[in-house]
This record gives sequence, C-alpha cells and structure tokens, in this order.
Amino acid sequence: MVSSNPTLVAIVRLSLAVSLTASLIAAVVGMPLGALLALTRFPGRAMLVVLFNAMMGLPPVVVGLAVYLLLSRTGPLGTMGILFTPAAMIMAQTILIVPIIAALTRQTVEDLWFDYRDELNAMEVGPARRIATLLWDARYSLVTTLLAGFGRAIAEVGAVMIVGGNIDGFTRTMTTAIALETSKGDLPLAMGLGLVLVGIVLAINAMAWAARLWSERQAG
Amino acid sequence: MRAPSSELPVVLDRVSFKTGETTIIDRLSLTMAPGAPTVIVGPNGSGKTTLLRICMGLIAPTDGGISWGGRQHAAMAHRAIVFQRPVMLRRSVAANVAYALARAGVARRARVAHVDELLARVGLLDLAPRAARRLSGGELQRLALARALARDPELLLLDEPTASLDPASTRRVEEIILMAAKSGIKIVMASHDLGQVRRIAGDVVFLARGALCEQRSADDFLNHPTTSEAAAFLRGDLVI
Ligand SMILES: Nc1ncnc2c1ncn2[C@@H]1O[C@H](COP(=O)(O)OP(=O)(O)OP(=O)(O)O)[C@@H](O)[C@H]1O
Ligand SMILES: [Mg+2]
Repeated sequence: MVSSNPTLVAIVRLSLAVSLTASLIAAVVGMPLGALLALTRFPGRAMLVVLFNAMMGLPPVVVGLAVYLLLSRTGPLGTMGILFTPAAMIMAQTILIVPIIAALTRQTVEDLWFDYRDELNAMEVGPARRIATLLWDARYSLVTTLLAGFGRAIAEVGAVMIVGGNIDGFTRTMTTAIALETSKGDLPLAMGLGLVLVGIVLAINAMAWAARLWSERQAG
Repeated sequence: MRAPSSELPVVLDRVSFKTGETTIIDRLSLTMAPGAPTVIVGPNGSGKTTLLRICMGLIAPTDGGISWGGRQHAAMAHRAIVFQRPVMLRRSVAANVAYALARAGVARRARVAHVDELLARVGLLDLAPRAARRLSGGELQRLALARALARDPELLLLDEPTASLDPASTRRVEEIILMAAKSGIKIVMASHDLGQVRRIAGDVVFLARGALCEQRSADDFLNHPTTSEAAAFLRGDLVI
C-alpha cells in the first residue's frame, strides 16, 4: 500500500518539501534573530522575549487564518496570487515556527554567551562575529532547535489546511490527507498515513542524532 | 627584544572600582614598567582579578584613571589576558588558536604555520586536533597561554595561571611564562604562591581588601615586608 501508491508518494514528498523549506527559512531568520535578542539590551527586550516564548504556542489555525487574510484576493499580498499553493503553505509554516526557533536559540545563545563573554571581549570580537561564533559553537543544540521547529511544521494541520486548501495532487499533505480520510471514514488509510508520518519524523530525528554524535566526536 | 612598547608603562592613578555599596578596588595608584614580571599577591577576595580586568581595559575604573603608554583609551590590540578559569571555544585545540590569530588580524594563509609554532611553544602540538574542552587542567592552561600569545602582546596579564596545577605542570607553565618575559613581553600575574613569587617575580604588588599595601622588589617583599598585612600573609596568617 505504502510504496506502490503514487498518490501517497506525492503526498509525502509535498509534506516534506513544504516543512523542510519552512524550517530552513525559519532557521535563517529565527537563529540570528534569537542570537541578537540574546546579546542586545534595549528597552522592551523583556517584553519581546516573553512574546516570542508565548508565540511558541501559537495555534496553527490562527496563523493559517492570518496568512489567508494576507494572501486572499482582497488582502495586502493578494496580488501575489499564491493562496492555495505550496508557497502559501511554506509561508504559513515559516511564520508558525520562527518564534520557536528564535526563542530556543535565544536561550541557547544566552547561556553560551555567559560562558564566552569574557574571552570574546578579551579578543575584541565585534558584534557580527560574536553572533556567528556563538551560533557555530552552539550548533549541536541548534540542531535540536531546528528539529523542534520541523516537528511542529510537519505535524500541524490547521495552517496548511486553510492556506493550502487540501487540493488533491497539489496541496494535499500527510496531515490534511489524514484529516480528510478520517472524516470520510477510511480509517485504515488514515492509520497508514499516520504511521508513515511518525516513521518519517523518527527517521529524520535519528539521522540528526547520528550526525550530531559524529560531529561532536570531531570537535567536542 | 622588541621595539619599545606602546602599552607601557601602565599607570593607575587613584583607581577605585565599586559595585553598588562595596568597594572592590580602593584608591589604588600603581606603575607597571617594562622589565621583569610583576606579580600581584594578595589573599582571596583582595581584588587581584578585578585589578587585572582593569589593566586589560575590560572594565573601567569607577573613579581615578588608568593609562597605557601615556594613552588613556588605548585599544586592547597589544594586550592579552589569561583568565583564572579560561574558557575554550567548542572547537579543536588548533582551531582555538587559529580563532585568536584571526581576531588579531593574522591573514588566513599565515595562520596554519603560526598555529603550529604557538602550539609547539607551549608543548601542545601533539594535541592539535583534540577537542579543546576535553583537555586536562594543565593542558588547558597552556592552550590559554598559546591563545593569549597569538595576540602578540606587549602586555600579558595572567590570573593565577598555575592555581590548580601539579608541580610538574606548574613548572611547564612557568617556563612558558619566563620565556615570554625573556622575549620582551611584560608579564603581570596574580598569584598567592610564594614559591612562584620567588621564581618569577621582579617586583611584587601586595593587595589587601582592594588597597595597595606594598610595591617592591620580590626579594625585599619576601624578606622584609613593611606592612603588617604583608607580614601576616607571609607567615600564613589570615589577613582580614
Ligand atoms: N562584578 C562584581 N560584583 C560584585 N562583587 C564583585 C564583582 N567582582 C568581584 N566582586 C567581589 O570583589 C572582591 C574581589 O574579587 P576578585 O575576584 O578581584 O578577588 P581575587 O583577589 O581575584 O580573589 P581570588 O584570589 O579568590 O581569585 C570579592 O569579594 C568579590 O566577591
Ligand atoms: Mg581572582
């Protein structure tokens, strides 16, 4: 059932493509943002930290709705014409997980900065280089952060359902397919999809774990 | 020997350092001139670390002034410090030294040879690919010295560099320090090991409760302390 079904393969591939892309974009945006938040002191910083921490629990349907309004024909970004396309799904998931990645990165980098501060100051390391150094040296913890973001993206259904529309063969992901099959009463298919989803998440985490072990042995 | 230093003498003029209500350094005036190592001696909590941070320029005095070679806001470029508990980056031994070289402006192509030379100088060449955070205490201290020397300093500040080392490791670290001193680097070092003072110090700065008690040649200090605090410290009494 799993390997022979071309529709299923397409669904899995789309889910992975959307969530991995969203995770990557969110990492590129969220990690420097988190590091910046860890290293700078400005009025309102504490509020921003709390806000990001709170946004880790943002309901996917709310993000979906916001992006839907943004992208709908009359919305501010309506002219882009990407509503009900994978691009919209990537956008929604990115917005969903940037706070997770930024908040977890901030904590990690802040702890490391406490450790490194004196040494980096004594070596006269400038602000941009500081951020790069801290992110690089925190890379093992940041892989876990990235996985947390990816896990949330691949598992959510509300946002992709709203902005993707669950169109067969175009924007149908594993989670939206599971929701649909369950509501149609095809429980075996829904179960099968669910198992595939869990298997993929497990496999990706196992790969990340192995990569971490290997590279940690190289660099300590 | 190198050209006359731009960092020396280091002159502290009635320097105080306070946090809130507590005075950590108390109206301390002091001149550190080129020449043999200056060792800062004093009991725990007397302000040695704080004084070294001020000398590095990492913290500014809350009162009074400090100047390096006559300049008050000199860049740190020709100074280096080894902290009491050095922290290494989560990288290899060689990469830690390379990082310091890069920050000191050494071109990428010149770095590899330079790393090897510095590691050889502290006897760590064999450990170059090892993870820096897994070094033993003695190895870590020597790596910290290599990293500080990577800045090609004129003034090298050392905060109890042998505090937790065994006699053999202490000897190795002291050899590196004496070699650096011989090459013309001014060493300013905190210590409460009197044997070490005897082996290394040209002159001694004795601190108690953040105030300067004595600044004299090591021989004078060890044999004829003039203040009761220093005499008590040398006898092994508590200095309160
Ligand atoms: N940032 C700070 N805030 C408050 N108190 C401080 C701070 N830094 C140092 N102190 C206090 O100032 C005093 C002097 O500290 P310092 O570390 O300079 O002493 P020290 O001579 O290096 O001691 P040790 O021999 O134990 O290393 C201590 O009582 C310490 O607790
Ligand atoms: Mg100290």
